[in-house]
Amino acid sequence: MISIRRRAVARAGALALVAVVSVAWGQGSTVDEIAKYRQALQDGNPAELWEARGEDMWKQPRGPRKVSFERCDLGLGPGVVKGAYAELPRYFADADRVMDLETRLVYCMVTQQGYSDADARKSPFGNGNERKSDIEALVAYVTSQSRGVKMNVSLDHPRMKEMYALGENMFYFRGGTHDFACATCHGEDNKRIRLQDLPNLTTREGAQKAYTTWPAYRVSQGELRTFQWRLYDCFRQQRFPELVFTSDASIALTTFLARNANGAAFDAPAIKR
Amino acid sequence: MNARRRKLLKQGGGVTLFALLAAAGWITPGEAAAAESWNKSAFDTHSMDETMKALGGSAPVPSKDITFFSTPDIAENGAVVPIGITSNVPKTESIAILIEKNPNMLAAVFDIPAGTDPSLSTRVKMGQSSNVYALVKADGKYYMASKEIKVTLGGCGG
Amino acid sequence: MADPMKIRANAVGDSTEVKVLMNHEMETGQRKDAQGKAIPAWFIQNVTATYNGKTVLDAQWGPAVSKNPFLAFKFKGGAKGEKVTITWTDNRGDKRTDEATIA
Repeated sequence: MISIRRRAVARAGALALVAVVSVAWGQGSTVDEIAKYRQALQDGNPAELWEARGEDMWKQPRGPRKVSFERCDLGLGPGVVKGAYAELPRYFADADRVMDLETRLVYCMVTQQGYSDADARKSPFGNGNERKSDIEALVAYVTSQSRGVKMNVSLDHPRMKEMYALGENMFYFRGGTHDFACATCHGEDNKRIRLQDLPNLTTREGAQKAYTTWPAYRVSQGELRTFQWRLYDCFRQQRFPELVFTSDASIALTTFLARNANGAAFDAPAIKR
Repeated sequence: MNARRRKLLKQGGGVTLFALLAAAGWITPGEAAAAESWNKSAFDTHSMDETMKALGGSAPVPSKDITFFSTPDIAENGAVVPIGITSNVPKTESIAILIEKNPNMLAAVFDIPAGTDPSLSTRVKMGQSSNVYALVKADGKYYMASKEIKVTLGGCGG
Repeated sequence: MADPMKIRANAVGDSTEVKVLMNHEMETGQRKDAQGKAIPAWFIQNVTATYNGKTVLDAQWGPAVSKNPFLAFKFKGGAKGEKVTITWTDNRGDKRTDEATIA
């Protein structure tokens, strides 16, 4: 009796092992093929269309005061765009606030170009031809000017330290109807949703690879999406309340993730599914 | 008779139905121009037979001289599937891309004038995993190669 | 007029390599809006590329070509400083022409 059961258990174990091996084998080649797909997309990234529009917009006099962005200080001096994104978020004394790129662009739109705060923050995420987002085009242009530059977010300022700590807290904070935290999906290796691999953002390598490839042209939406959008959409998928555009919460998380990517060369606008 | 129509008719031979419709104001001149150079029936077919009929050709012969390049086996998103085709069939005149399981099979047709490489790449939408055909017209005859591409997320709005 | 294309033309040996990104929705006509109504088809139907007045590519497209279309091809001839011109027309009669200098 016992020996038959032992044999059956052994056989079941052997079958299970074969099943695991074949699934792993299948997953391996699937992963390779998807890597090939992503590689094939690299040449000819529609993000370039947003970059071109953003560059025009940067130089154009806009808003009620008809001023261009060429006086906007992104941290390296008025109008200096090259390398600016690699050092954001940062503390800006003139606003007395830690700001990421999108928040700083809104600041310049309001204080220099004369837009109302509401107008500057209206519809930041575009939807085809019916609703184009100026912010997305500007982000595409500004970030393209940091391509190849090593991420270098400084925590020297006490307010930056605060934001980083808050962001880290938020990363591990479980909430919403599903009790999810960012860490639920992004706190371990080898996690995926359907066929989408999830980066482990708690490792230096994972954080670097993830942060340096946003903004990105998202093929599934046919739109250029920014980091504010990425966080907003994560919150939506976690069934969290809406992450308000340019809120301190969004900047804190960005500070945490951007700083963790320090040392890696920025490589965006990228192209993703 | 309105002035535009009079002018067109004065031009004599070569006034198409579309041009007349445009002159009568039933369609815009832009739409007329578009209709004349776009093979509507070919883009409305659901099988290789129907497509070949609309293109005015006979059944294509499989050919090893037609190859895919930079074309992955699996597309992470069917909205954007890169397809590269090279034809080494002598006297290639045109290359077309057909997607078997799409609502309409024909995705694109490229006329290759002399001096242009019979090799190009573009990106297409695939509604589901399907065979993709590279259809080549060479010296008046039709040839083809096919490749199966798996899609993990539909590309037609899902 | 529609937003400009991004064209890159590079002299490679005795040929010119052309890569184009076009700004276009390429709406299939299959999608439905929030009210359940089909969004009308809107897509590029013809693409023509010329060099020195000669047509180097002539394409007919259907709505299955991806949004913000990408196209890469190569033709014999072309020298640095010369121009390649690309024109597209869509099913609404809209048109866009852009040119690029061969680098």
